[in-house]
Amino acid sequence: MLDASPARPLVQVRDLRKYFPIHSGLLRRHTGDVKAVDGISFDILQGETLGLVGESGCGKSTVGRTLLRLYEVTSGSVVIDGTDIATLPPEALRQIRPKMQMVFQDPQASLNPRMTLARIIGEPLDEHTTLSRAEKLDRVYELMDQVGLNRVFANRFPHEFSGGQRQRIGIARALALNPRFIVCDEPIAALDVSIQAQVVNLLEDLQDRLGLTYLFISHDLSMVRHIADRVAVMYLGQIAELSPRDALYADPLHPYAKALLSAVCEPDPTREASRQRIILKGDVPSPANPPKGCNFCTRCPQVQPVCREVEPALVEVTPGRHVACHFVTPQSGTAGPTGGTEAKEHSQQGEPR
Amino acid sequence: MTDSAIPKPVSQSRAVWQQFRSHRGAMAGLVILGLLLAFVLVGPLIWRVDPAYINPDAAAMIKARNKPPSWASPLGTDQLGRDMLARMMAGGKVSMAVGMVAMAISILLGTFVGVLAGYFRRLDGPLMRLTDLFLALPLLPLLLVMVMLFRDTLAGILGPELGTFLLIVFAIGVTSWMQSARIVRGEVLALKEREFVLAARSIGTPPSRMILRHILPNVMSPIMVAATLGIASAIITESALSFLGLGFPPDFPTWGRLLFDGVDYLTQYPERVIWPGLAISLTVLSVNYIGDGLRDALDPRIRGR
Repeated sequence: MLDASPARPLVQVRDLRKYFPIHSGLLRRHTGDVKAVDGISFDILQGETLGLVGESGCGKSTVGRTLLRLYEVTSGSVVIDGTDIATLPPEALRQIRPKMQMVFQDPQASLNPRMTLARIIGEPLDEHTTLSRAEKLDRVYELMDQVGLNRVFANRFPHEFSGGQRQRIGIARALALNPRFIVCDEPIAALDVSIQAQVVNLLEDLQDRLGLTYLFISHDLSMVRHIADRVAVMYLGQIAELSPRDALYADPLHPYAKALLSAVCEPDPTREASRQRIILKGDVPSPANPPKGCNFCTRCPQVQPVCREVEPALVEVTPGRHVACHFVTPQSGTAGPTGGTEAKEHSQQGEPR
Repeated sequence: MTDSAIPKPVSQSRAVWQQFRSHRGAMAGLVILGLLLAFVLVGPLIWRVDPAYINPDAAAMIKARNKPPSWASPLGTDQLGRDMLARMMAGGKVSMAVGMVAMAISILLGTFVGVLAGYFRRLDGPLMRLTDLFLALPLLPLLLVMVMLFRDTLAGILGPELGTFLLIVFAIGVTSWMQSARIVRGEVLALKEREFVLAARSIGTPPSRMILRHILPNVMSPIMVAATLGIASAIITESALSFLGLGFPPDFPTWGRLLFDGVDYLTQYPERVIWPGLAISLTVLSVNYIGDGLRDALDPRIRGR
């Protein structure tokens, strides 16, 4: 991968919570919370890509936005490159913004329709640098070259571009200030398949050249398998399993991860025919009123009485693999052989709880 | 690839002007408004008849009343023998000034309140309640009270004409900003949730520049529409005030005033209503079309076509 020096975490998230208050009744009293993100912790190492997967509404995008403090944090800490941004005052936060950027899901909506491409890509430069006009234009051209946009387009407006090109504009804007950490919030969900590959390859290429660290949020499990180094599976605002990619796809440990990954299609027809799908019954509980005990207890095929009473913690069951389930414990040792190979690389991950 | 092959960013104003020129209605509106402005500004320099002149000789005055159009007075004379053409010119100057300035005040106020209420959640409640309060006030009595209370003091300080003008313009402005405030607030609330605003926040754009760069350009269209309609209602409100004796003094001509004066003679001399009515309609219509053209010209999605 990138440099072989011992990777240290660039982003450390500890017990992050984001609750959206519910106001109801005539007096708009605070009657409850939607627990979109409910106490998650993870690290993202320098130069790696952490995939974040889960079904719609499980809080993936909220995690991404809370990480960049586009939403105020309810509690917990987000340490990016040594600074806890969860509690930073506004002006200090503004100073640190260049380090972390975001690529959005809908490339149409994330570009101001009244600004030219040059102004869109140049906006971060206007805000954070004191370059002259000509220098800014040079930098904009350089960024356009980097993401593969023709320089002639600099004067055009977003509506004149295709979806893939617009996403490139969004990526160029995110790169303008040389960030170290980029949250990709479903950057390929709105693109068709041939363009998805182009954009993902561009992201990988930029990672190799610029040493970027990604949080790659997606519901496309195959794409995450392609791009991510480690993958976190989210369910109802919590992380169910956090494992190295190969280990997770070969042998998911958490019952929800098993069910989710059984939905991935297999290109090989003979293996596809023998693929066993785990079909979950019922609906996702409301995040405003999650079940007592394990969040997954209402739909888990292996549910036991203890699951309905006690909330399982995310523990490291084999080196590098973290699972939040009562029945996947270090002793049970159900991890596949691949689990151990990544152990040394991510040993920092196992911090005492 | 050489840099010389790449066209430098063209100035925005040029592109806007080119699109504006291709809008026929807007160009026609611009020409008509230009003609009207020339009529009220340059006209009095050519047609040097005092609009307030009444022949002091009573017999001559009575003879000169209600004349049909002639070379001596192309639009005829009114019931006191004053020249209608001169009155149209003098009245137009005041009416157009009142319309534009009152509209500008009301749009500025409305946009300001609307953007603040829409963008800052904490200000939303208080500002919108204030807007509701103004909407609930009976406007005409309020205007009357304002004019009654302040006309003489202001006239004493600034002179009768400028004082009355400022008072009327201000009174109309502060009683007509509510609609545009509500429209703008609604648009801002919707815009605020768009991803490009989120993207700008992730860049670290402070609220002031966020509003100027991302919010305001995108709420231009409804503001423009509200503004063009605002001119018409300002001219009409001014004439209503003058009619009630609380605007400009009765001998001071405005288009609204001429209209109301002419209503009494509608059956005998309909042209006295037609001329000022036509002038008001033309002003409103041309401003409307200009606004329409500007809105299209400022929107890059339409400009591209």
